[in-house]
Amino acid sequence: MPRMTMIDAIRDAMDVSMGRDENVVVFGEDVGYFGGVFRCTAGLQQKYGSSRCFDTPISELGIVGVAVGMAAYGLRPCVEIQFADYVYPAYDQIVSEAARIRYRSAGQFTCPIVIRMPTGGGIFGGQTHSQSPEALFTHVSGLKVVVPSNPQDAKGLLISAIEDPDPVIFLEPKRLYNGPFDGHHDRPVTPWSKHDLGDVAADHVTVPLGKAVTRREGSAVTILAYGTMVHVALAAAEDAGIDAEVIDLRTLLPLDLDAITASVKKTGRCVVVHEATMTSGFGAELVTLVQEHCFYHLEAPVARVTGWDTPYPHAQEWDYFPGPARVGEALRAVMEA
Amino acid sequence: MAEIRKGGLFVPEPEVRPGGQPDFSQVKIPRAGSVERPPVDVDPRDIRDMAFSIIRVLNRDGEAVGPWAGTLTDEELLEGLKHMMTLRAFDARMQMAQRQGKTSFYMQHMGEEAVSCAFRRAMEPGDMNFPTYRQAGLLIAGDYPMVDMMNQIYSNEADPLKGRQLPIMYSARDHGFFSISGNLGTQFIQAVGWAMASAIKRDDRIAAGWIGDGSTAESDFHAALVFASTYRAPVVLNIVNNQWAISTFQGIARGGAGTFAARGLGFGLPALRVDGNDYLAVHAVAKWAVERARMGLGATLIEYVTYRVGAHSTSDDPSAYRPKTESDAWPLGDPVIRLKNHLILRGVWTDDRHRQAEAEVLDGVISAQKEAEKNGTLHAGGRPSARDMFEGVYAEMPPHLRRQRQQAGV
Repeated sequence: MPRMTMIDAIRDAMDVSMGRDENVVVFGEDVGYFGGVFRCTAGLQQKYGSSRCFDTPISELGIVGVAVGMAAYGLRPCVEIQFADYVYPAYDQIVSEAARIRYRSAGQFTCPIVIRMPTGGGIFGGQTHSQSPEALFTHVSGLKVVVPSNPQDAKGLLISAIEDPDPVIFLEPKRLYNGPFDGHHDRPVTPWSKHDLGDVAADHVTVPLGKAVTRREGSAVTILAYGTMVHVALAAAEDAGIDAEVIDLRTLLPLDLDAITASVKKTGRCVVVHEATMTSGFGAELVTLVQEHCFYHLEAPVARVTGWDTPYPHAQEWDYFPGPARVGEALRAVMEA
Repeated sequence: MAEIRKGGLFVPEPEVRPGGQPDFSQVKIPRAGSVERPPVDVDPRDIRDMAFSIIRVLNRDGEAVGPWAGTLTDEELLEGLKHMMTLRAFDARMQMAQRQGKTSFYMQHMGEEAVSCAFRRAMEPGDMNFPTYRQAGLLIAGDYPMVDMMNQIYSNEADPLKGRQLPIMYSARDHGFFSISGNLGTQFIQAVGWAMASAIKRDDRIAAGWIGDGSTAESDFHAALVFASTYRAPVVLNIVNNQWAISTFQGIARGGAGTFAARGLGFGLPALRVDGNDYLAVHAVAKWAVERARMGLGATLIEYVTYRVGAHSTSDDPSAYRPKTESDAWPLGDPVIRLKNHLILRGVWTDDRHRQAEAEVLDGVISAQKEAEKNGTLHAGGRPSARDMFEGVYAEMPPHLRRQRQQAGV
């Protein structure tokens, strides 16, 4: 099985999808000739031609708007927004159009599009290259929201997303593109070539949307995480020496509630972590669901560890980022409660 | 020389407000037949002046004159007249139905009937319109059943959209009519995307985008022009300038551009202005632009100069912001009367036959209405099920919606 970075895996997913279905088209800013600022589309234009992989004007609204029209025609566009931080001009096209076309036309028109975008911080990107806007999409009826945490899942989830009959927001934690990052920013970087989840099957492989996976089994406390924070949670459990179960949600909408409740009912404790800001974040939804479905199994209040409710700062990146130390504190607090 | 102005913000104002004498003297109307008809493969740079003129075919006497005349036969024109009369009668009945409480909302076309009715005739089966809320002529002239339109307006049990959409936000894929959003401008860039897809698939079907004068201020409009220009998309981009965006006169969106068509010049698109109340001119220009798109020559921007005679919607009262008699003063007249007079002049129509046709058209609308009302109206009779509210959000209902449907007890 070839070892791949997350970038390789994402590119491979698009390559496989374009090879299997000529209705799959890929476009965005710097996506065509150059192959994307993160290289996720490198080689696709050369292989499939500029009708199927091309550069666009700098207009996120335009990118998503034409994708909606193409989907109405019968294509399956997989478009790139250069950074999740730039998606807001396209928000109306996503929320009022892509997400609702199936519903409002009673199925006459559908919108099988994928909107890929690098998300999250940890690269000194400042406030305009670090945001995690997932909750702005999980709040929208009609969308699916996916956040992979490793190359294996990235490929399988992206192929599933492209084949899905509905619009999918595909958030790629950019700090994970080249290796698993556990939040210990002062330690040497591990590449995916040294990680088992860098093993990515060749050809067509899928990971179903809506299914979480247990990354670490444990009995003391459940950590609910996705994207970069999966690796931070694993490190925090090891550092704190706590027998935590780490659930990688993978898909936020639709959410694998069964996996969450099974784990929390077993452990009786829960810590929810995400990099995005806290107030009205996706963690609030998770905590509520745990409370609604597991209340009588809980031994302690559910804790949240998130980014602070400030813009993502530059110099203070590691004061902002909810690293293993903060997750560890929450674990200890929940265990002592 | 430009006017130097200091002190306070410059906010454009219409010539006249309620209580004043309607005045359209600033609307320059060229003589019918006076605007050239360039070949469809013309270099857009050579016809930039067309963005500031108005293509007209029917003159004051009702004659069809000039290089844009002659695109339709007598039979086609008679059918076109019937389409416009049907749309007008349909509007009147549905407006009344709203007042009778049979539905929540309605939007009529009075004065603008020629634009969508004539445009529809220039399109082929398989082409796709991305309309706004005032192009129902695309459906009427495409023989979409009036009963289905009314079922949608009534949100009744036979509503093809299952009660999910505001009245008149139709969707009719098989009739080349994309689902109306209700959010303004969004469909304009989608039309370009549909056209790009057609080009990617080496298909010869084309798309048409629609937008109002007010909504050209939305970013979607500008994105659409960029993408249409860059990729030479096979699309016709239509701006219906009916002078009023609810209460806001067209000068607020137009700014210093002179005309809306002129927006196309910076994008290198052919930009034409046409008399929107002249059925023959609308068809001739639409045909020209459709042919260009289908031949692979790219997009055309068209501004239809017309006037919204009625209120914006049943929730609007225009007497609060414009003179009541303004529509009578509109210099381009009434599209139905102009086509009627032309057909009389051609010797294929008479006043008597017109009166008779009015009665027949009304009968057709009333019988469709009776048929639709058998399926219910908004507050009476059959209605879509509450259970159905949860269907179709996704292709497959996810677990959280199944739980909510159970919770709702439907």
